[in-house]
Amino acid sequence: MAQNAFDIRSLNLWYGTNKVLKDINLAIPSQGVTAIIGPSGCGKSSFLKTLNRMVDRIPIARWKGEIFFNGFDILKKDIDLVALRSEVGMVFQQPNPFPKSIYDNVAYGPRIHGQKNKNRLNEIVEQSLRDAALWDEVKNNLRHPALSLSGGQQQRLCIARALAVKPKILLMDEPCSALDPVATARIEDLIAELQEKYPILIVTHNMQQAARISHKTAFFLQGEVIEFDRTQKLFTNPDDTRTEDYITGRFG
Amino acid sequence: MRQTFEHELEELFQDLLYMGGLVKKTIQKAVNSLKTHDLEGAREVIEKDDVIDELELKIEEKCMSLIARQQPMARDLRKIGTALKIITDLERIADHSTDIARITLRIGDEPHIKPLVDIPRMAEIAQDMVNKALEAFIHEDVGLAHEVCNLDDSVDQLHNQIFRELLTYMLEDTKNIKQATHLLFVSSSLERIGDHATNLGEWLIYMVTGKRKELND
Repeated sequence: MAQNAFDIRSLNLWYGTNKVLKDINLAIPSQGVTAIIGPSGCGKSSFLKTLNRMVDRIPIARWKGEIFFNGFDILKKDIDLVALRSEVGMVFQQPNPFPKSIYDNVAYGPRIHGQKNKNRLNEIVEQSLRDAALWDEVKNNLRHPALSLSGGQQQRLCIARALAVKPKILLMDEPCSALDPVATARIEDLIAELQEKYPILIVTHNMQQAARISHKTAFFLQGEVIEFDRTQKLFTNPDDTRTEDYITGRFG
Repeated sequence: MRQTFEHELEELFQDLLYMGGLVKKTIQKAVNSLKTHDLEGAREVIEKDDVIDELELKIEEKCMSLIARQQPMARDLRKIGTALKIITDLERIADHSTDIARITLRIGDEPHIKPLVDIPRMAEIAQDMVNKALEAFIHEDVGLAHEVCNLDDSVDQLHNQIFRELLTYMLEDTKNIKQATHLLFVSSSLERIGDHATNLGEWLIYMVTGKRKELND
């Protein structure tokens, strides 16, 4: 097993002439939860989008540098994006289930990847829903529309959908910011369980959340990584005064 | 930014320094009363202890409330954590002063078996340690905190010296044993006060640098 889930070397990203990521060098560990914090516009979401090449969807985006994942530089033009995106699972801020049944949402990925065996699909759906801590709530309603679920349940369904294609890492972009405190607590519990099987990289505006759930934290500011350290260290005794100013709310 | 929080944190430290000031005064007052058989003064020290205990509870409550409402991080978190720890040290120092005052009352008008010289000196150093520690908190002065910790050696030396001296008085005349034992408790209380003052210094260093250091070995 590789030492790091992602090895990012000298990554630069531009939207048109606007440089949004500046010489990022970061090693995302292959275990545990890594959090990225920083003010709006600091480049943290853009950074996440380069890791599964979703940044390709932005026509004006250009990039330079290397991101090693599984031994390959995923910034190379000839990389298989479908394979990459199944190995790098992503969960977004707004729960975004497909307007299909609960079952079909989870089975969507495996079907695209050619899984036609009914029994096998049933197994994958059940296991993914169990791993996402949703199974007990939906096992009798698998044919109900996914959009009939609550926001928190929809978010866990999206996590189950990502798990169904056996990712090597889970990226989460503000997964709780649209959820109430109870649903947030469930997702945080789930992250604590999932991190035993999958490394997780989470972008969050909520510093307390980063402090609660992550093992390591990176602080981004204006497209740069200011500090990357153990979460405990970063939140009790950061090295950089800019980190200190941000996490103590004295920023700006 | 975060003006309310900054203001409340400032207030917390004002309370802390006020408590520290009261505690500091009890040391000298307790030992002066002992030296001059001032029973009224000793009673005042004992009464002050309730005020100090109340202050401890009040500050503790403020710390908990700040943690709950403001989710402090980094330096702010260390400040509040430090406040929570040092109020215990301050309260214990006042308890030791009270113990000394109780001994003064017990000795009453009975003449001292020897003139008190080293005990007042010890009290002076101990009070100086607490004073310097509080100064260190005002100016966030790590160097001064180290000085506090260094002073503790002289307090420990005086304690050993007093112990040996009182032992000779006890061997000389068994009638001395009762008061000599009382005075030994006084010396022991002052020695403990020195240790608590050292803790104050250690916490100041943690608050400023984020590193816990044991300075009292």
